[in-house]
Amino acid sequence: MTNAIEASGLVKRFGKTTALAGVDLVARPGTVLGVLGPNGAGKTTAVRILATLLRPDGGQARVCGYDVGRQAYQVRQLIGLTGQYASVDEGLSGINNLIMIGRLLGQSRRGARARASELLERFDLTEAAQRPVKTYSGGMRRRLDLAASLVGNPRVLYLDEPTTGLDPRSRTDVWAMVRGLVTGGVTVLLTTQYLDEADQLADDIVVIDHGKLIATGTPDELKDRSGGQVLEVEPASRAWLDRTAAVLASRTGVKPAADTESGLVRVPVPNASVLPIIIRDLDEAGVDLAEFTLRKASLDEVFLGLTGAPAPGQGSDDGPAGYDRPQHDDEIRELERSPR
Amino acid sequence: MTAATLPFAEPTGRLNPLTGLRNTFTLTWRSVLKIRTNMEDLVGLSLQPIMFLLLFTYVFGGAIAGGTHAYLQYSLPGLLVMTVVFATLGTGLMLNQDITGGVFDRFRSLPIARSAPLGGAVLGDMVRYMISVAITLGFAMILGFRVETNPVSAIAGCLLLLFFALCMCWVSALIGMLVKTPQGVQMYGFLAMFPLVFGSNLLVPATTMPGWLQSFVKVNPMTDLTSAERGLLTGGPVGTAALHSVLWALAIFAVFAPLAVRAYRRRT
Repeated sequence: MTNAIEASGLVKRFGKTTALAGVDLVARPGTVLGVLGPNGAGKTTAVRILATLLRPDGGQARVCGYDVGRQAYQVRQLIGLTGQYASVDEGLSGINNLIMIGRLLGQSRRGARARASELLERFDLTEAAQRPVKTYSGGMRRRLDLAASLVGNPRVLYLDEPTTGLDPRSRTDVWAMVRGLVTGGVTVLLTTQYLDEADQLADDIVVIDHGKLIATGTPDELKDRSGGQVLEVEPASRAWLDRTAAVLASRTGVKPAADTESGLVRVPVPNASVLPIIIRDLDEAGVDLAEFTLRKASLDEVFLGLTGAPAPGQGSDDGPAGYDRPQHDDEIRELERSPR
Repeated sequence: MTAATLPFAEPTGRLNPLTGLRNTFTLTWRSVLKIRTNMEDLVGLSLQPIMFLLLFTYVFGGAIAGGTHAYLQYSLPGLLVMTVVFATLGTGLMLNQDITGGVFDRFRSLPIARSAPLGGAVLGDMVRYMISVAITLGFAMILGFRVETNPVSAIAGCLLLLFFALCMCWVSALIGMLVKTPQGVQMYGFLAMFPLVFGSNLLVPATTMPGWLQSFVKVNPMTDLTSAERGLLTGGPVGTAALHSVLWALAIFAVFAPLAVRAYRRRT
């Protein structure tokens, strides 16, 4: 069966900036592919190439077997796009935005109106249907943008950070919508900064950073890969933090992260067999324990391990500094847009 | 009925030209709807000509022509030209907003004719020009302006204005494609249009101007257009001026439309 999305060796440069340095992506039909990465990693650029908005400088990409460069017209009939910045017409009402798209897609006047009303209902926008979009709140705009990308009943849907800036309830709604679409056979490519979102929705995840692919796999595979399990030890007194860390380091070979604030020492462990030895060592070192927990690594830790950066939006106080690049995405957008 | 239960359509091979034309009309409908929803635009479209009419007639009229009525008869054809020329700025403004606001990204991800967003914007603006011409002429009549020729000439005058605006708006479209922000479009647009509009016989006869300026006035297309409008609305020779206006409009179109389309292709 043809893959819904298949890209290999995608390269895109904007002047001196390399946004993508050879990225491969594969999405199986009817699944969610999560594209994860910090700001400026190249996520949006990849989506824009797959949506026929940008031509890659190298590599090739196919959507349902159609080449995004040479068969852009076919690809456009298959896809729906929700950009990172809501691309709806501010000057039109919500319903007219959707009718316009329906008409552009060849729907009849009546058909376009019916489809628009149905989508507005589904996205809880019926009351605001007649109001100009410029009076909408950020969340409403984003929902309308999502609705707009579904007017044509797309087979492949690109969601570029669809829940950024949404309140928790709207986020859950979007998740439910994505699950519903996938059940109906739609393939979704989802870029996100939120690891829990990828964990919740994605069947496969690719992690990209600096325009390069740094990991692929299912959420579980990725969690297993980064040490698999994490041991968290809380000594009964903060005074024993250093001693605890030393014991864990000697038995795992990894320098553990000691958090003085929470009083936790955290370290990845390859397998559970070292646990009795660690407990004995701690006992011999005179450390009383308040907590001793073994758990599966979270995607946050995967992210940290892979990119050397804390997951964006998760607070960067306890991670390595100097990784914050909030300007970069905007910079690339600027480069993409500016006339040459 | 949900998206999930519908079967997916197989993509078709080529965009047929009729579909492309229909796309253009859908986007024309959009531009026209936007005039209605956008109050500022509507107010600007109607109040600006009214303000110009009042200002020029009552502030300058007496000093220039010795009487407000005489001056209104003289200046109205020029004010009509000024109104549509300034109104063409809206084309570039809207295109620029569409690009910077991301609406064009949406259009480009749809299977529609690539020229449709541009064509729709230009056609939709024809409606705006008609509104400004109608308001200017209507209000002038309230102030006492009279057509001294006949209805057929007057209608021909209006059509000539619209034709000129249709060609002229490609200058504005080009500016809209080249400049980064809507504010920039406004500034460069006015920089380009002010000398053209005021360096002409639009509001005063050129006879009092210094020689170098008179030479500019003579070659300025606004001068030909204004003379043609005067002839068509208040009598006097029409032929040469009207012919020159049409030729000028075609020349402007021939130069700027391809440039704008090229810039559009690069930017979108």
